[in-house]
Amino acid sequence: MREVELYFGPQHLGMVGNFSITLNVEGDKILKATADPGFLHRGFEKLMEYRTWMQNFPIVCRINVVEPDHMEMVYAMAVEKLAGIEVPERAEWIRSIYLELARVGSHLFGLWAYSNMLGFDTVAQWAMYHRDLILDLFEELTGGRVYHIYIWPGGVRRDFPEGFTDKIVETLHSIGKCVPDYNDIFFNNPLFYERTHGIGKITREEAEKWGGVGQVLRATGKSFDIRKVQPYAAYDKVDFDIPTREEGDAYSRVMVIRDEMIESVHLIFKLIEGLPKGEVYNKVPNPFKWKIGEGESYVRVESSRGELGLYLVSDGGDKPYRAHFRTPSYSHGLTILEKVLEGSNISDVGNIMISMYVVAPEIDR
Amino acid sequence: MDKKTSILSPLKALKYLFKKPKTLRYPFELKEPAKRYRGLHLNDWDKCTGCGNCADICPNEAIVMKEIPEIEAKDGERNERPEIDYGRCCFCGLCVDICPTGSLRLSRDYFHIHFDPGTFKLLVKDEKTDKEHFLPGEEYSVFKASLAHRREKYEGFSPDLEYALFDPERVKMSEVPSEERKASFIEQVKGFSREEAGKEASRCLECKLCEEVCPAEMDIVDYIRNIWENNLEGAVRDIYKTNPLPSVCGRVCTHNCESACVLGHQGEAVSIRWLKRYVVDNLSLSEYQKVLETEKIKSVGKRVAVVGAGPGGLATAYYLRLMGYEVVIFEKLPKPGGMLRYGIPEYRLPYEALDKDIEYIKSVGVKIKCDTTVGEDISLAELRDNYDAVFVSTGFDKGRSTGVPGSENPHVFQAIELLRKVTMGEEIEVTDKIVVIGGGDVAMDISRTLGRLQMKKFGAVDITLSCLETRDIMPATPEEIEEALEEGVKLYPGWGPEKIIVEDGEIKSIVMKKCLRVFDEQGKFSPEFDTEEKIEFEGTMIVEAIGQAPDFSFLSEDIKEKLEYEGRRMKVNEYGQTSLSWLFIGGDILRGPDVINAIDTGHKAARGIDRFIAVEK
Repeated sequence: MREVELYFGPQHLGMVGNFSITLNVEGDKILKATADPGFLHRGFEKLMEYRTWMQNFPIVCRINVVEPDHMEMVYAMAVEKLAGIEVPERAEWIRSIYLELARVGSHLFGLWAYSNMLGFDTVAQWAMYHRDLILDLFEELTGGRVYHIYIWPGGVRRDFPEGFTDKIVETLHSIGKCVPDYNDIFFNNPLFYERTHGIGKITREEAEKWGGVGQVLRATGKSFDIRKVQPYAAYDKVDFDIPTREEGDAYSRVMVIRDEMIESVHLIFKLIEGLPKGEVYNKVPNPFKWKIGEGESYVRVESSRGELGLYLVSDGGDKPYRAHFRTPSYSHGLTILEKVLEGSNISDVGNIMISMYVVAPEIDR
Repeated sequence: MDKKTSILSPLKALKYLFKKPKTLRYPFELKEPAKRYRGLHLNDWDKCTGCGNCADICPNEAIVMKEIPEIEAKDGERNERPEIDYGRCCFCGLCVDICPTGSLRLSRDYFHIHFDPGTFKLLVKDEKTDKEHFLPGEEYSVFKASLAHRREKYEGFSPDLEYALFDPERVKMSEVPSEERKASFIEQVKGFSREEAGKEASRCLECKLCEEVCPAEMDIVDYIRNIWENNLEGAVRDIYKTNPLPSVCGRVCTHNCESACVLGHQGEAVSIRWLKRYVVDNLSLSEYQKVLETEKIKSVGKRVAVVGAGPGGLATAYYLRLMGYEVVIFEKLPKPGGMLRYGIPEYRLPYEALDKDIEYIKSVGVKIKCDTTVGEDISLAELRDNYDAVFVSTGFDKGRSTGVPGSENPHVFQAIELLRKVTMGEEIEVTDKIVVIGGGDVAMDISRTLGRLQMKKFGAVDITLSCLETRDIMPATPEEIEEALEEGVKLYPGWGPEKIIVEDGEIKSIVMKKCLRVFDEQGKFSPEFDTEEKIEFEGTMIVEAIGQAPDFSFLSEDIKEKLEYEGRRMKVNEYGQTSLSWLFIGGDILRGPDVINAIDTGHKAARGIDRFIAVEK
């Protein structure tokens, strides 16, 4: 049969996001896959070199549309480490609650993308609706639905409004009540199982070798989570589990996401219970007169797709000398995806890509 | 697979067909945004000072300051207001958190429906100043919602001082406590340390409103930035560009800059005065010439005479000397400094601080001839003949009397004369009960000085201070009033003197009448009294501190005749040049009454003299 070059995206129904994969196929079989990013490149890392430490804070979140919160966190942590800024205890707990809410919201978004891709439109709509309930919480806390611009160096931007923790609990309970329905029509649905079982399979060794993090790595049986490995915010103050699976295929990756969502909700309840009183913000210097001493810092957090790192360098000026993000989608969407697609079927391209939760804007910074 | 389920189990989802839909039928069913919603901007034009900090912080350059002709610019306020380009705005709200006045907020509006893309720019106002575009809830329609069709009372993300990006509190200045200081003339304010000065300097937002009100147009923002960067040499260079008396101004300047500082609206202004003092206190006199590059000055071979070694005279002399002129200052008192030395008490301006500034001015080659009275020892005509130009700043050195019955008694004194005597080390016969009349800084100075002398002689302070003005409109600086009270001065504002009771040549008391108003509707001085309501203060010594007057006795009749006047003042141009082209004036006799105005008139006159000599000589 003749070998054909096929463009999967950016204008392709099966593609989610501004991303493209060039496939060399023979019949249904993929011989070679080449990831082709760059459709969403906005030069964030360069832009950051031209903005002051404070002006960068509303920008970093825009790198990842789906889950801006971990971007804010990683930037705040890097600046705090460079400048030696202490964060109040309560702010650390609030940050954890906020980041876990973001994880739930982001996973629901991922669930929408995945179920939509597989044709489970009902679940997709439920997931989107439930994500909106989480966005309502964000709106009340921060004033923004998508870009929250909330975690800033020194703490958080405003304290919880009155009665906010009750609202979180109420919202999460209302979402939690639907978990059996989700299970019945999606996670435990034989159609879903057949469609994902054994697809895009990688071994633990491969995942480790190719830079897999997050669900990609945890679905191969390795319990690796930055929240445990190098705890930040208030994650060392509460107890929680890291869900893992052994098979390393698309099915186990999605099941890890499901278990993580449930674990995150339990974690939020524990954090709310232990939330201390006090200040939530230690004032940082005047933004027009804020220079950070020469130095560099690398910090990392566990975003909803895995390890997210920021390497930030200061040359002693009022702006970063260099900022570089290590995003999970970078290794998942470029290295691993190319390897896993090799030998698989055309109809599984979107399936595999979204099971690894590749978010294109994270690759193009 | 975790749990075996039937292939039919997804049919359970059918039950949702019979439930109420969760989706809103937008725009017929609206969703109320959260209380903190970050939507379109609101700006209170009355509160906004046009400082432009919002434009500076905006990461997207979405804010531009626009000049508004209808708004009158005044001290501490520009006639500019922010215009927002909503094509660029990312609704982060940094502009709200940096706004020092709290005028900028975000509303819960977020719609903009319009055919014209040019409408994306908006000069933001709020319902207070823009009644036309802000509509009450019942008149508002979401179908017309735009930047010009908005709902009133719909405030969202608001400023909160606790989370503001500026620091509203100034670094506390350490001072000698009142109990300790009232017994001596040691300097009250101790000055900043390196850390304190750096921290205080870091509060400055660099909006330059202060520079616009400084009479000497000092480069305040530049020197504060240099202090923050610990570059004292750079700071001194910035200061000396426009002010050759920083050690003095760093202590006793009337600091219009601090009144204009935007941080003062919700918090405390930057301590600009103390920062200036920090710079000069921490650089030794021996380094000045090197740092300011004044070691070698090329002479232009012209000579200028300056009459009066007060701030005006010193400033003119310094700047003329830098331009290469030979300058001689004639001073009638034994030491230079004028009112700075003989009017301001030592605890506010120690003589060493004044001497440091004067020593530097002398070191660049300015000659000062003390104990030389122009008009007596040498005439103005002689100066005119021997020099290329003459600058006169003789100041307001004569006290004014209330003229009430009894004020001719020898125990009624003029504050300004007493202050001069204290500096000259002459004995003053203080009594144990003194009444001071006047509500300005001189009244505070004399009260506190006499209090210190009483403390030394009697071990207790008994000073009664009374003035026409009520406390809120007293012309003295609020800190001075506060400090006088701390030191035990009894304050009775709102009373005017009626008569001094004298028995057998000795003063017994002074009778005061209630002052109903000080100024008339036009703002002219025209006090009115209620003669029914009276109060009597006991005292054996009365001091009048109700203002000073100039002494023009050095002007000979022929010069007086040739001079042109505007009202009671000499007619001058922008450089202080009188109708006699060789004669320039400055200091209090031109504009005042403070150091910084005197320095400015001096600096301007120096430029004027340079121009005059270059063109006409």
